[in-house]
Amino acid sequence: MIPAAFEYYRPKDMAGVLSILEEHGDDARVMAGGHSLIPMMKLRMADVPHLIDLQDVEGMSGIEIGVEAIRIGAMVTQHDIIDHEPLASAAPILREAALQIADPQVRYMGTVGGNVANGDPGNDMPGLMQCLDAAFTVVGPDGERDIPARDFYEAAYMTAREDEEVLTAVTIPMPKGGYAYEKQKRKIGDYATAAAAVQIVNDGGTCASASIAMTNLSDTPIYSEAAGAALVGTSVDDAAMNAAVAAMLGDIDPTEDNRGPIAFKKHVAGVILRRAIERAWSRA
Amino acid sequence: MKDEVTSREERIDNLKGMGCSRKRVEDARFTQGKGNYVDDIKLDGMIFGDFVRSPYAHARIKSIDTAAALEVPGVLAVLTAKDLEPLGLHWMPTLAGDKQMVLADGKVLFQGQEVAFVVAEDRFAAADGIEAVEVEYEELEVLVDPFKSLESDVVLREDTVDEAGKPVDGAHGPRKHHNHIFTWEAGDKDPTFEVIDNAEVVATESMYYHRTHPCPLETCGCVASMDKVNGKLTVWGTFQAPHAIRTVVSLITGIEEHNIRIISPDIGGGFGNKVGAYPGYICSAVASIVTGKPVKWIEDRMDNLMTTAFARDYHMTGRISATKEGKITGLHCHVTADHGGFDACADPTKFPAGFMNICTGSYDIPTAFLEVDGVYTNKAPGGVSYRCSFRVTEAVYFIERMIEVLAIELNMDAAELRRINFIKKEQFPYTAALGWEYDSGDYHTAWDKALKAVDYDGLRAEQAQRVEDFKAGKTRSLMGIGLSFFTEIVGAGPVKNCDILGLGMFDSCEIRIHPTGSAIARLGTISQGQGHATTFAQILASEIGLPADSITIEEGDTDTAPYGLGTYGSRSTPVAGAATAMAGRKIRAKAQMIAAYLLEVHDDDVEFDVDRFVVKGAPERFKTMKEIAFAAYNQAIPGIEPGLEAVSYYDPPNMTYPFGAYVCVMDIDVDTGVADIRRFYALDDCGTRINPMVIEGQVHGGLTEALAVALGQEIAYDDMGNVKTGTLMDFFLPTAWEVPNYETDYTVTPSPHHPIGAKGVGESPHVGGVPCFSNAIQDAFRPFGNRHTNMPHDHWRIWKTANELGLHG
Repeated sequence: MIPAAFEYYRPKDMAGVLSILEEHGDDARVMAGGHSLIPMMKLRMADVPHLIDLQDVEGMSGIEIGVEAIRIGAMVTQHDIIDHEPLASAAPILREAALQIADPQVRYMGTVGGNVANGDPGNDMPGLMQCLDAAFTVVGPDGERDIPARDFYEAAYMTAREDEEVLTAVTIPMPKGGYAYEKQKRKIGDYATAAAAVQIVNDGGTCASASIAMTNLSDTPIYSEAAGAALVGTSVDDAAMNAAVAAMLGDIDPTEDNRGPIAFKKHVAGVILRRAIERAWSRA
Repeated sequence: MKDEVTSREERIDNLKGMGCSRKRVEDARFTQGKGNYVDDIKLDGMIFGDFVRSPYAHARIKSIDTAAALEVPGVLAVLTAKDLEPLGLHWMPTLAGDKQMVLADGKVLFQGQEVAFVVAEDRFAAADGIEAVEVEYEELEVLVDPFKSLESDVVLREDTVDEAGKPVDGAHGPRKHHNHIFTWEAGDKDPTFEVIDNAEVVATESMYYHRTHPCPLETCGCVASMDKVNGKLTVWGTFQAPHAIRTVVSLITGIEEHNIRIISPDIGGGFGNKVGAYPGYICSAVASIVTGKPVKWIEDRMDNLMTTAFARDYHMTGRISATKEGKITGLHCHVTADHGGFDACADPTKFPAGFMNICTGSYDIPTAFLEVDGVYTNKAPGGVSYRCSFRVTEAVYFIERMIEVLAIELNMDAAELRRINFIKKEQFPYTAALGWEYDSGDYHTAWDKALKAVDYDGLRAEQAQRVEDFKAGKTRSLMGIGLSFFTEIVGAGPVKNCDILGLGMFDSCEIRIHPTGSAIARLGTISQGQGHATTFAQILASEIGLPADSITIEEGDTDTAPYGLGTYGSRSTPVAGAATAMAGRKIRAKAQMIAAYLLEVHDDDVEFDVDRFVVKGAPERFKTMKEIAFAAYNQAIPGIEPGLEAVSYYDPPNMTYPFGAYVCVMDIDVDTGVADIRRFYALDDCGTRINPMVIEGQVHGGLTEALAVALGQEIAYDDMGNVKTGTLMDFFLPTAWEVPNYETDYTVTPSPHHPIGAKGVGESPHVGGVPCFSNAIQDAFRPFGNRHTNMPHDHWRIWKTANELGLHG
């Protein structure tokens, strides 16, 4: 568990980061909390000759709660998310999800930016951000651009971010209605066997809008537009939930691993989504 | 004098002797990060070694090219089997009478096998050197299934056949096939088969006790240092049996035993994983001899999980017969034991399947027969006793599952079935059908106490209601009640039948009382977290009347400690604990003579009382042990040598047989396979209780490892022999989050042959806990037709059981 030799950089500003990225291309990687990248390097599965630590780059650790949107800097840790009371009031699903990520020691270091940028299908934040219709701000040599979370993930570890770009912030439209992040895992610290993020609006007993995304059930997070649509206009009764589950099952594509075979994962995905909808609806 | 105004009760309390929940003296350093583990050892000029390991489970090695590795900055040497062969060290003996490659000798037999040893100035250079070693492999057919291995033409081990390709005898007799290691039998075959074939009721079941791993938090490692000036080899390492390691090292290297010093420093858990010898120890020693520098080798987690000793991997088939009323009449057990590429089990040599012949359990079974076939496959070697005495977890799991299956066959309550078959109190000492003589027990009392404590009848009523609710669609959760009653067999063991490679399994204690009334005692055992420094001092405090706080316990340095066979199989208290008491009694005998002299009375006219000798009938006339200690060194006493020391080597007359009654209550989510442990009650009877707090800690730890094994912990392989569970992501190591609140209880049935009546407890909760957790899962599904499902009961396997029983609609 010893990585190959690498050059370590700790620039003070984004310009410094970008210049190293430009110089070394895909031989360079940025690191936020390091809780995904460092194990990969130690296993020698990731070859990173030039490692750029973002800890000293200022301006990426803030949480701003506006009227229309919430902006979370890329270097905000999972612990910061859990600890931030105004954020927990504005978007309680973030705390609920963050508390189910890894364990406290990892959450002190692991960041929102690293979690969403790495493209690991096991990570919880990508599905959550798709559910919330977040946008990721990336900055590169040609300036800044926003990429919708729902368009960001292409395959496992493959995203819409270019090699010379750095993800600096996540912007979330102010969530409305009830919420739930439901996750089944084998043990503390594990990735999900199946997880569901649900945000749902109740307008006088009828579902006005619903957003559903699933974690670790494909090689990317899965935003299931059809599952959400199946709930809209209903009273979120059994039939509607069955329709939502059926729609979701049509969108996911799980693979067998040590957590179990595909049939099991699909079954659990359905159960977990149903529970998430029920809990979110009860809060809506 | 203060003594005169101190009450007898206060004097007893002051000793902190047996029965006292004395706080662990080790914990001050462990909780402050001041432990001294092997990786904390740093010596001047120390260099590092690490292994090139095989990516394949079965392959011929066509070539090893070390040239590029030797060019890596900091790399000093690369050892291969060719370098070890002239020294006769390319293979090493295993504790099971087999031999194992130290470095791949022409082929590899399991994924992760040691192929070359890279020695470098630091760990980083060693890691880079490993990358640069070029090994050319020719892949061979992989055998991961022992049943297929026994039918395969593929010869895994060339040393198992003669020139004509016929199997040659192994260490334990003839082979049935070239990939077969041994057959071991106990009991009477024909009478047992006759009883079973003619029985009123027979239950048959096959079960697989999966492969798992002890996974101590500290992995294995060592620092070997050859002093070329005085010719002495010192090895610090993670050794559960330092003296045995010294003798084995001497036998295989030819270095005289006085020139080898083995030191076990603090050890971060062993659980059987650190009993045997590993290639890392041999290679480090050779590298130190070659370079003249100290060489450190430390496993990483994946090395540990993938290559050092696994546990279990027993395929067991049983038949149990009974009368219609449920009285058991016979038991037959067959085991196919998967040993991997080398038989590296750590059992007493005459017991190639350990004490599997304790598989009649706590029951009065008149006739029984056991047969075990050991098999080679392309998996890592091992087969150690993970937190249990030798193969006792397998035996107890087997019988506790067979009892449950028989209860189903009889349509009987499993608690009642146990009760009517328990060995009765008055039958002890009891000779079991497979040969062991159980020393003492009172099973009915323990069982009744346990069932009452959990309100067993109430639980069954609640469970019946839950089943009704489930069938009515009111709930998707089932309730399981897990029962287990176990008898352990610990304290190996009597030298007449227990040895490892010819080394008798006695143990020892040597005591020196200092003139001012404190003491040091050294033992042949070694704590890996058990708290010996705490508890052995308590035994001595009670025996010699000096406060436990004034007694230092030292273990693990073969230059200072008396010879003993180490700590595993819950043997420390039964064997070394007995030696401690006996040595203490020798001290006391001499102290009595000194006291009598000082008090000017006859030896027989003084008697021991807590911390002093008093003149019989005149309690105001006494000498404290402290006074006696001073006199022993500083007063000329006619006919008595100065000093106050003793040594005892204890060869136990029998094993000890701790037992216990466990009940677990679980709620199981049929749709997700998630099992929630609502309650766990554990009653342990370990005979005389030395430190109730340490016992409770042992029970918590053993139960947690039982939970792990029952609910998810496994070493799994794919068809190509790749390890699928080589990291803690997939290998289940429970944390506080997964662990329930345990309720502990006890009865006390002392061992009649142990000097203080103690039996050992460290492993009982694991032995009894695994079947209890498993039985809870199985019991939940019994009303729906479940008979048996294999562990580990992780989410998907529980879900699969529910699915196969049609519970998902």
